[in-house]
Amino acid sequence: MAYDYEKSIRPGKLPHIWCPGCGHGIVMKGLIRAMDTCELDRKNTAIVSGIGCASRLPGYLDACTLHTAHGRAAAFATGVKMAKPQMNVICVGGDGDGTAIGGNHFIHACRRNIDMTYVLMNNYIYGMTGGQFSPCTPTGDLASTTPYGNPDPIFDISKLAIGAGATFVARTTAAHPREIDKLIVKGIQHKGMAIIEVIDDCPTTYGRRNKFRSVIDMMKRLKTEAVSVKAAAKMTAEQLEGKFLTGVLFQDTEKPEYTVQYANVIKKAQGA
Amino acid sequence: MAKKVALLQGNEACAQGALYAGCKFFGGYPITPSTEVAEVLSVELPKVGGKFIQMEDEIAAMASVIGASLTGAKAITATSGPGVSLKQELIGYACIAEVPCVIINVMRGGPSTGMPTGPGQSDVMQAMWGTHGDHAAIALVPDSCQEIFSETVRAFNLAEKYRMPVQVLYDEIVGHMRERIEFPEPGELEVIDREAPSVSPEDYKPYDSTKGQVPPLAAFGSDYKYHVTGLNKADDGFPTTKASLVDAEERRQIDKVMDNIADIESYEEYLTEDADVVIWAYGSTSRSARYAVNELRKEGIKAGLFRPITLWPFPAKRTAELAEQAKAIVVAEMNLGQMVLEVERVAKGNCVVVHEGRVDGDPLNPGQIMDKVKEVL
Ligand SMILES: Cc1ncc(C[n+]2csc(CCOP(=O)(O)OP(=O)(O)O)c2C)c(N)n1
Ligand code: SF4
Ligand SMILES: [Mg+2]
Repeated sequence: MAYDYEKSIRPGKLPHIWCPGCGHGIVMKGLIRAMDTCELDRKNTAIVSGIGCASRLPGYLDACTLHTAHGRAAAFATGVKMAKPQMNVICVGGDGDGTAIGGNHFIHACRRNIDMTYVLMNNYIYGMTGGQFSPCTPTGDLASTTPYGNPDPIFDISKLAIGAGATFVARTTAAHPREIDKLIVKGIQHKGMAIIEVIDDCPTTYGRRNKFRSVIDMMKRLKTEAVSVKAAAKMTAEQLEGKFLTGVLFQDTEKPEYTVQYANVIKKAQGA
Repeated sequence: MAKKVALLQGNEACAQGALYAGCKFFGGYPITPSTEVAEVLSVELPKVGGKFIQMEDEIAAMASVIGASLTGAKAITATSGPGVSLKQELIGYACIAEVPCVIINVMRGGPSTGMPTGPGQSDVMQAMWGTHGDHAAIALVPDSCQEIFSETVRAFNLAEKYRMPVQVLYDEIVGHMRERIEFPEPGELEVIDREAPSVSPEDYKPYDSTKGQVPPLAAFGSDYKYHVTGLNKADDGFPTTKASLVDAEERRQIDKVMDNIADIESYEEYLTEDADVVIWAYGSTSRSARYAVNELRKEGIKAGLFRPITLWPFPAKRTAELAEQAKAIVVAEMNLGQMVLEVERVAKGNCVVVHEGRVDGDPLNPGQIMDKVKEVL
């Protein structure tokens, strides 16, 4: 039987705005399955995003949804979680949103280790504004503002998250749809800041310019470049050249979670 | 029973006013001369089960305040100068998404880093026009520590009642001045909470204005699920580009303030009944102006003071009346000519309007204002 996504989608809100072949829809389905698996009460779940194609996702889902300003999702979400720690808080957004304009909020949310799940859709580009390069556009690639090839080095989002102090960091791709919900489930179950980077695709503004003839070509690239942590353990550095790791990259269950820390502040202030 | 009294700094009075109003969340980023508001709330909020968070910058602080408010908490941030500039985009977000919150601006000189420890009144036009797009604004300008307390309470009330950001602007002089404060008893000052929806979760529309200009706001994490966005939206909260819906919503958000000026307006007049010259001044400058009025009266000059406490919406009606009555209005403010533009606009040439300003970090003194009055008469 086909999976029932309908019950999680707000009536009348489809069709979505995404182009045919856009990876963001695959991520949305993964997120729905993960929320179902975790039996998240949608009334008690805030889904927060910034601005971008990826950030339009919350509007389709039946929950408390907050579509904020470009880059600011993690900061809004921090306010929600602090004020009501009993709520489940999920952030979603793009690579530009989360690591360029919102990079500061991203690393500080990681540092605090505040309990939320951040699903970051990395399509290597600013999709919504027409394909300008982002901090994740591979060096040398073409974007509407890198007509001679991108001179910028990239951010490795997962490494950035680990370095900043997130306590659960995982990565997968839109070409591995079943792994998306598995990792989001682990992220939701993890008490602390969970980053799930999903490398997806923007055929319209990135694929076209970078000589991918079809979405299938883009998916093939994701499949060949992705190597699971397990498989990578048996590979040489040479074999890993040009690949990226997928699966759970890092987990720390010792570091205190931020709202728990603040609950201790309240106890102290109240003389308990 | 005698009232509780204390010697409080303006910034401390602000924090105490916030607590009186039932504030449960502060998100901020340190900046002189506003830091004491944060420091007091970091001590006091957890005592009442509230939350204090120091964010990574003022944009994040504003974002956290809006997020917290959506869960139903009364929320505040405090900042100055550059921090106010950083908050502008999200002040606009709070306007369009209609999220109650209070922003304290302890004004210093500028632009840019300017004079961090010196007073200024040069953010008053920014309070109205700082964020992009058409919108209404409410800004309050107390002139004493006691009034900072009560205006902070009123700021929360207006924010909750009209579902919007409300700014309280006071300059560094009032922010750092210490004065005796009488703490109002609980219930003595009105405390307003936002209206909760009465319809069922299924029927709830976050911008449904059929029952009034200010739609009830449900809390995240209650029984109501809804969508909030900074895009132009229809009454159900979802984005729309339909011209008629966009237009109606934009206008309603301005009308909800402009149709209720009588409720929002607040000003004080001192010896204006027979005044030939009205000094139009707010915040610490109005204290110099009051002194100047007394001195001028001794010299036989019929001077009076008009002191707006609500600066935005602009007190147009009363200012226009005074322009018809007086020979001149002297607008005294610690800037090089901001509110004077509004006064000129509504005076419509019915009297002479002149400006007396200063931006060197020293307060506008009574002598300076008196000289200007004599020059214009
Ligand atoms: C303050 C601000 N600056 C710039 C923009 C324009 N803008 C909208 S979306 C976007 C990029 C989005 O890219 P990404 O986050 O990667 O999402 P995608 O569209 O690729 O899914 C930009 C630059 C904006 N909305 N706000
Ligand atoms: S422009 Fe790119 S990111 Fe945006 S919807 Fe289309 S394919 Fe997706
Ligand atoms: Mg992108």
